[in-house]
Amino acid sequence: MSWLIAGTIPEDNFPLVQDTYLVVDKTLVINDLKYPVNRGTPALLAANFLAAQVLGLGPGQALLAGDIGTGTGSQAVYDALVTKNFQSPQGITFHYLMPDIQGHNKVLWHWEKCTPLPILVADAGFMYAAKMSGFAQKYDLFTPDVGEMAFLADEKAPHPFYTRGFLLQDEQRVPQMIAAAYVHENAAKHLLVKGQTDTVVAHGSIVAQIDAPSTATMEPIGGTGDTLTGMVSALLASGMAMTEACYRAALANRYLGVLAKPTPATSVADLLDFLPQALEMALKAPK
Amino acid sequence: MKFFKKILSKNKKSKSSISEKGMLLYPSTGEVIRAETLLREAGLDIAVKGPPPDLRQGCDMIVEFDLMHELHVRQILQTAGLNPLRIVPVHDHLLEPVSLFNVKDFGDYLMVRAANMKITIEKQSQRIVNISGGGCPDVPYLAQMLVGKTMSQAPEPRVLGQTLCGYALQLAFQEVKRLCPG
Repeated sequence: MSWLIAGTIPEDNFPLVQDTYLVVDKTLVINDLKYPVNRGTPALLAANFLAAQVLGLGPGQALLAGDIGTGTGSQAVYDALVTKNFQSPQGITFHYLMPDIQGHNKVLWHWEKCTPLPILVADAGFMYAAKMSGFAQKYDLFTPDVGEMAFLADEKAPHPFYTRGFLLQDEQRVPQMIAAAYVHENAAKHLLVKGQTDTVVAHGSIVAQIDAPSTATMEPIGGTGDTLTGMVSALLASGMAMTEACYRAALANRYLGVLAKPTPATSVADLLDFLPQALEMALKAPK
Repeated sequence: MKFFKKILSKNKKSKSSISEKGMLLYPSTGEVIRAETLLREAGLDIAVKGPPPDLRQGCDMIVEFDLMHELHVRQILQTAGLNPLRIVPVHDHLLEPVSLFNVKDFGDYLMVRAANMKITIEKQSQRIVNISGGGCPDVPYLAQMLVGKTMSQAPEPRVLGQTLCGYALQLAFQEVKRLCPG
């Protein structure tokens, strides 16, 4: 699978690594380094790895560095994205990286020169930087939750923390937020908006809404957005069309909740046991 | 009478053009959080806000303070070795942080959301069971340091957090403490 995932590990001394990776017993293994899968980029990588196995794809590549919020590891990843050699990835998923507009712009301009152009997926901090850069429309997919959707809709907000006018982040207003984000060119070509209802958007038009099955106790679990982004990246790597991949990934994430029967205290690592079955169910489900 | 009105309106206009607020600029959000803590502890009326567009880089915030107290502010920060990069007057409207909380009751568990961050505790034990949301790289680290601990054992997110997401988590943490004082 020629997909690259760029993100961070929440440990200060985790070095910059670029390699294929494995997930063994809920542990991420890359370049002889091991890290438990609990949340953040390791959770995305684990979901991507398990989904790739279901889809019969080989292991993907990861570019990672330790960052506990100082931005040092993120900076190393930004730099590596423009200086290291990668074997023409079919797509790149950018994840937990410190929002840095200048760093983002260098990365985008570098990858824009590649032929063929990789599919560009942005989530978490890198999505914040992509929006603030004014180049959101260069991306193929953003995967915001409702709060982040409100941030994309607010043309002045530099971070979800400062979002104006959507203080309660009312899910009923998601279609309005989507429209506002496209008016100000602050959305990617496609959006997968995560919420009580997941919404798939293509070029400003809502093409699918998924609201069942629903498991309320999934909301407090940290990392469920990461599993979704990991799965959609694997589906895209398999060659599935964008809106279909978003739909199937959203459905699979919902089946995870049904199969795992979580409480608000469940960890994302416990959900991963059910991911292969959940994805298989989603792939077979009628649309 | 018209003369006095004119004079008063002139005074009003000239007063509004003078900046009464200043902002402290730091290279990182972590330093902003530390400066905020120090200045609040000193009893100063300050606010954490978003920087004006020309000063934004990414995950930014500034400390807004009353310029009347600039000397006192400088002394406090200098003593703590936390001198800002710059102190500049505020000429523009600054973005206000999200200030409302969303609370969800799951029976034995309570989830509080501030901006893009959520924290969930088990009510009886006051144990933090999950932290979700956010996109800055200190979020997974904060989750690692807080989940599994009780509210009284857990470090405040502002102590370890470095970003706006960490700051939002601090607000959610404080709200949990207010709702469930233990």
